[in-house]
Amino acid sequence: MKKKYIIAIGIIGISIALILATAGDTSTYVDFSQAYKLAEAGKTSSIHIVGSLKKDGNGTIVGLENGADKLSCSFILVDEKNKEERVVYNEPAPADLGKSEKIVVIGEYRGNQFVAEKILLKCPSKYQEQKLKAGV
Amino acid sequence: MHYFIGNLGHLFVIATFVTSAMTVFAYFKAHLESNPEQKKAWLLNARVAFYTHVASIFGIVFCLFTIINNHYFEYHYAYSHSSRHLETQYVVSSFWNGQEGSFLLWMFWEAIIGIVLIRTQKKWEATTMVVFCSVQVFLASMILGVVLPVINLKLGSSPFILLREAMDAPIFKSQPEFIPKDGTGLNPLLQNYWMVIHPPTLFLGFALTLVPFSFCIAGLWEKRYSEWIKPALPWSLLAGAILGLGILMGGYWAYETLNFGGYWNWDPVENAVYVPWLILIASIHTMITYKNSETALKTSIILVISVFVLILYSTFLTRSGILGDASVHSFTDLGLSGQLLVYLLFFTLLAIGLVSVRWKHIATSEKEVSIYSREFWIFLGATTLCLMGFQVIIPTSIPVYNKIVELLGSTSNVAPPANQIQFYSKFQLWFGVAVALISGTGQFFWWKKIDGKGLKKQLMGPILLSLILFALIIAIAKIYEPAYLVLALASIYLIVSNGNILFTLLKLNPKLSGGALAHIGIGLMLIGVLFSAGYSKVVSLNNTGLLYSKEAGTEFNRDNLLLFINETRTMAGYDIEFLGERLQPKTKSGFMKKSDLELTNDPFKVVAKKDVLFQQKKLFSAKDTIEINPENTFYEIELRKNGKVEASLFPRIQVNEEMGGRVASPDIKRNLLSDLYTHVAAPMDPEAEVDWGKTEEIRVGYGKDFFVNDYVAQLEEVKRLEKLDGIDLEKEDVAVQARIKIQGERDNYYAEPIFIIKDRSQVGRIPSEVNDLGIKITLLNIHPETNEFSFAVNQRQKDWVIIKTLEKPLINVLWLGTGILMIGFCLAMVRRFREFNNASD
Repeated sequence: MKKKYIIAIGIIGISIALILATAGDTSTYVDFSQAYKLAEAGKTSSIHIVGSLKKDGNGTIVGLENGADKLSCSFILVDEKNKEERVVYNEPAPADLGKSEKIVVIGEYRGNQFVAEKILLKCPSKYQEQKLKAGV
Repeated sequence: MHYFIGNLGHLFVIATFVTSAMTVFAYFKAHLESNPEQKKAWLLNARVAFYTHVASIFGIVFCLFTIINNHYFEYHYAYSHSSRHLETQYVVSSFWNGQEGSFLLWMFWEAIIGIVLIRTQKKWEATTMVVFCSVQVFLASMILGVVLPVINLKLGSSPFILLREAMDAPIFKSQPEFIPKDGTGLNPLLQNYWMVIHPPTLFLGFALTLVPFSFCIAGLWEKRYSEWIKPALPWSLLAGAILGLGILMGGYWAYETLNFGGYWNWDPVENAVYVPWLILIASIHTMITYKNSETALKTSIILVISVFVLILYSTFLTRSGILGDASVHSFTDLGLSGQLLVYLLFFTLLAIGLVSVRWKHIATSEKEVSIYSREFWIFLGATTLCLMGFQVIIPTSIPVYNKIVELLGSTSNVAPPANQIQFYSKFQLWFGVAVALISGTGQFFWWKKIDGKGLKKQLMGPILLSLILFALIIAIAKIYEPAYLVLALASIYLIVSNGNILFTLLKLNPKLSGGALAHIGIGLMLIGVLFSAGYSKVVSLNNTGLLYSKEAGTEFNRDNLLLFINETRTMAGYDIEFLGERLQPKTKSGFMKKSDLELTNDPFKVVAKKDVLFQQKKLFSAKDTIEINPENTFYEIELRKNGKVEASLFPRIQVNEEMGGRVASPDIKRNLLSDLYTHVAAPMDPEAEVDWGKTEEIRVGYGKDFFVNDYVAQLEEVKRLEKLDGIDLEKEDVAVQARIKIQGERDNYYAEPIFIIKDRSQVGRIPSEVNDLGIKITLLNIHPETNEFSFAVNQRQKDWVIIKTLEKPLINVLWLGTGILMIGFCLAMVRRFREFNNASD
């Protein structure tokens, strides 16, 4: 029986270790001011910020800039507390960036600039947008 | 309006639900009945009910297929999942594109499996079928689409609802009989042959996991605690093979069609099937041990139940909409989350309840396990697999955790790990090492009784051989990362030791070699994954020497390559050149130059301006009308080595509203030792405003060379046009068209600007554009006195494309391993089915 207990304890130990390791690696959805505080506190791992592109009264996007030769881009993200911040992205602007309703940027502050490593676009899906094209 | 077919379909849906409930009831009665006559009668009843159930499912399939295939767009399902332009094979996939259809597919497979069970498992028929058909009751309820009176609860979502019932469009108020002319179509990403076979395979796998679960529950119920293992085992093996194949097909589809650069992304939807598969494999191992040594019965019961519960859990995760923010491709909520939760909880609680009631009666082996016994190693392996799954399921469940906290009245904003691939890999890699070492060593104990001394002797050879192979491989492949070194060594050891066993078995009895083969497959897969993912390397480095963006650091902008049309760059030892945009004809294989084609008012049709060639073969003649898929544009990229063309790649950009805009799909140059995986990182925006720059005026006569945008050009002729599309020419009106030949890098192009004088005074000019060269030429004026003509020449930036190319070494080893794993599964399965048959004779 002894060996069985050792194995059982081993399994429980590894499971707890896995849960703790996961908890340590999870990220949180935050806004810009929280993200900045995290950065000041020295948390370097990536964080998720949910927001949307800045738009003017007509719904046109403001502040989307393509880098020289289109290989990088930057845009103004308005977080859920309406704080605006310029976000720099190391890849060409995703083609459908302009159409997205909600954007999740995953990245970190480098100095005073938020640098996105990854962008998740939440586009109005077909189901939500279901409008009948009556003319068709 | 075709009301009949939909009503018929809905009738079948209701019949399916009712008959499955009847089957459960009748089998239940049959089991409880002690009078043999009565029992027989109930069994007959149950079978009739079940076969009616099967017939009703076929009825639903027939009705839904008729609706989709005949384009009855008054039905919501046909409208939102198909269109008139869909090719026949994809009509089939639009069938399971929607959630309702995929439930139907699941039920369909279970119906087929049910028939096999009734015909082969006489001893177990009543109790297993009670469990089996209870699942059918739940699945049928998902597509029921009935609103319960009094409590006003909607049960299920029917695939047969009309468009006007599903959508609140104003047109239905004025015109209730309105039928749209075309549907919105099947998501173009899914218009791929893998998507025709991947979902049925995966759902067959789902359906198959129900069989061992049914046997296990039936065994506990009938107090035949251990007998259920024998009939269940071959089904578990079949489920393991099919589910594994389904998962890998999904991975292969992702590799070919999606642009994240790999076959596995640790997306919650992928994890949701990966975890049950791991546990399923663990359960197969413990079941086999039980058959041989009567240990691990309790473990087997728990694992078999867990597999099915995890399948239900993954169904809940992917279909309830709970993953919303966390996954890119889960289904949207159809309002079924409550029902799905009941489905999940019903079977989970039922199983837990039954197990706890019966727990103390289940035999336990009191034998102390020795380290030198095969049971110990199998148990260790199964444990590793379970922990491996456990590690994946915790973070995947974060959205569920957030939801529960929310329901308790608090808020939780935990997000999944930011870099999923890195996060999961760092754990799964070590589990992979453990799996490789355990299954490499365990095989020796499986086939031979050995002690400590014997083990040393047995292992010496394989370990030495592994080390030699390992040294050779790292010398060639240059691995330095310590973790990768360990994984490589462990995988080689797994292959070598199982190869050793395989060699012995092939001499003894090849029929027994399934296990050894499957393990070799796993070893090869680990090596394939290690190299193709661990050493996947961006080769499309920006090597122009230009710094694209000043404020960006050195690491910025290095991964993408900007290619202008017909300008050669170098990449990964190749000369690389972008040759222009291409369209694909529907009727023939090959690609057509966009510049050779003229668009028409019908987006699905183009007309050839001149003969269309593809790789020196003529596809179409000039003036032919050609059918195309307008959403797809391909970018021809040529790779050359020493002037010789090594590959022509056609990565794709697809306009896909459903996926939120434009989707890039890669094209892959496959070599034996590595794949070169190229996709478009950014295409030119066709809607962007064009800057035509300064106008340059040129005055030339016939036959004289001149330069436009550095290309040599020549005015070949100017002719008078008798008629002109869209403009009425009167007798006095004059229209002339110039024809200018421009010698591009690879091809001659013609610009044909038109000059019109109408009513003697009005001058009109229709400029001509040469897209590939970025040139626009306008005929400005005619100078009869000198026989010369003036042209205005404008230039814009040349067409460009930004690509990203990854090198994936040894990915073929992964696919080879997959194939061997499947062969291993099949051999093992055949053996166990035979055993079962011999036992029942």
